[in-house]
Amino acid sequence: MPVKAIKPGYHGEFRDRVENFRGQQLLNICWEKHTMFGWPMCIPVPPEMPFGALLEQVLPGIYGAHPDFARIKWNEVQWSSAKGPFTPDPSKSMVEHGFKHKTQIRFRTPGLDGHNGAG
Amino acid sequence: MAADGDLKPIKKLSLKENYALLTRGLGWEPTYEKKEEIFRTIDFEGIKIHDWEKWEDPFRLTMDAYWKYQGEKERKLYAIIDAFQQNNGQFNVTDARYVQALKLFLNGIVGLEYASHRGFNILGREFPGVGPRIAAQMQAIDELRHATTQIHAISHYNRFFEGMADFPHQFDRVWYLSIPKSFFEDAVSSGPFEFIVAISFAFEYVLTNLAFMPWMSGAAFNGDMSTVSFGFSAQSDEARHMTLGIEVIKFLLEQDPDNVPLVQKWIDKWFWRGYRLLALLATMMDYMLPKRVMSWSEAWTIYYEENGGALFADLARYGIRPPKYADVTIKEKQRVSHEMWSIFYSVRNAVGFPVWLPSAEEMDWFSEKYPDTFDRYYRPRFEHWRELEEKGTPFTNMTLPQLCQVCQWPCIYTEPDDPTEFVHRETEYQGETFHFCSDGCKDIFCNEPEKYVHAWLPVHQIYQGNCFPEGADPTAPDFNPLVAALQYMGIKPGVDGGLMSQHVDASRWEQWTSRPANLHEGAITQAVRKTT
Ligand SMILES: [Fe+2]
Ligand SMILES: [Fe+2]
Repeated sequence: MPVKAIKPGYHGEFRDRVENFRGQQLLNICWEKHTMFGWPMCIPVPPEMPFGALLEQVLPGIYGAHPDFARIKWNEVQWSSAKGPFTPDPSKSMVEHGFKHKTQIRFRTPGLDGHNGAG
Repeated sequence: MAADGDLKPIKKLSLKENYALLTRGLGWEPTYEKKEEIFRTIDFEGIKIHDWEKWEDPFRLTMDAYWKYQGEKERKLYAIIDAFQQNNGQFNVTDARYVQALKLFLNGIVGLEYASHRGFNILGREFPGVGPRIAAQMQAIDELRHATTQIHAISHYNRFFEGMADFPHQFDRVWYLSIPKSFFEDAVSSGPFEFIVAISFAFEYVLTNLAFMPWMSGAAFNGDMSTVSFGFSAQSDEARHMTLGIEVIKFLLEQDPDNVPLVQKWIDKWFWRGYRLLALLATMMDYMLPKRVMSWSEAWTIYYEENGGALFADLARYGIRPPKYADVTIKEKQRVSHEMWSIFYSVRNAVGFPVWLPSAEEMDWFSEKYPDTFDRYYRPRFEHWRELEEKGTPFTNMTLPQLCQVCQWPCIYTEPDDPTEFVHRETEYQGETFHFCSDGCKDIFCNEPEKYVHAWLPVHQIYQGNCFPEGADPTAPDFNPLVAALQYMGIKPGVDGGLMSQHVDASRWEQWTSRPANLHEGAITQAVRKTT
């Protein structure tokens, strides 16, 4: 049952529909094992933004403070989402990668598993 | 009347007769209106009640007894608060860090007492049985009293410290306070039976001892007589509320076997929601009390695993089992407070109180209390962060979190069996993706998605541009959306958060008391005399 309500057929308005984000969509990003950052990040991105811009312009601002970040070999990074592993193409956009509004993507950097084991 | 000439004085009623008249004699069967029209919310949840008369309030409290007890408690409490204020008691607490815990309490918890007051008022109207209606009405008054006495007990601190002046505003808007707020709004917007199972049983009976015992002894241990007196004054109410909780459960379970699965589902849901809410308390206990009474892990062992274990063993005869995911709470007890303090530290510029790193002495205490996790996962983190602080580049996270659609915590939690892996749980509902912090929250969503799709998630609201103060101009060249969002929430950027060692509460504390603001770290100003 979608909800127990006094009146049958109650429907809750989706508060976070993509139309409410002024042309952007939300992307959640998680650097696995790096629990020092506390949480997967949530950012608004233009749907047509290429993946390369995410790598070059967005991620350093988010994760650059971590000692592991400068050592990442980007061609060895393992990317995945709830749908399973994927191989990103830097020239293709968020939409072309199949990322919908509120999609979560994760990346794993084997060998770089957090500073001194502390995330 | 005067004519019959032999009017006897009315005999004073015994307490028992008085209670019987209050809860039975004042009820009546309606004839002008249909019963379903009067009690419109009593059926839709599916709970079956055959005989409301079976309800017994073990306290049999009458109105005159209630006013008398409560009045006496008020007089005592306010005498102590007066004395506390006249003696500048705010400077007798251990150090300025303790005040930060009070701030979190005032901004985050007092609003829950008021919300609870609202909820019990609704029950006082909605229950067809007079006995439970009276019990709910009394609890509604208690909860209002808790809110006001907490405000009064803490208000004196507000004259000396930042970040307390606008607690109702903060409660409604601050990003991490949407966690307690949404908890109670979920309960109040449920049906009356779910509300009473949620609050009276799952929260009051199963979980609040945890809030009460360690927190109140923590206040006493840290010299806060004002908060302790409030605690004692509320404690006898709390005993009554807990008894109501267990009576409610037994009444519902005994009325009809069909009630069992409904009640079980609510116990599962509200145990989990309550537990997630208590993560704030875990953090306060372990990190914000300068003198600690017990660790969160010890408190959880005693108050949930041992006491809760006995309770659920007792309820097994009704076909009730322990709450789902109780095993996860036990796996998490060695880490929640550390994970939580880490995030408050790294986003300290966006919170309403200053933070600090645990001292060497405190880390040793953690190593002892958290032998399986602290030295392995959290000590190296804090040591790294201390180095960065000393270099003048403290670790900072500037990016907003992915939130749990149900409990509204950022998804900070790690896998039950692996503290190095974030939990990832999501589902799709009508084409839209929703994220959760845990299986517990995901289950709650999947049971009733329509209740959570319109959750007011602070991060998403900020990105939608709905969290700017009135008159803000997002098109202005120097517009900073995050600063604007903090202003909207009632947090003063650059004043309320940040590092304790640079905070105005700390420097004032040292000027006024001549004692270090952080008793483990030594003085940060010249104001502190060399007394050691
Ligand atoms: Fe209360
Ligand atoms: Fe959650």
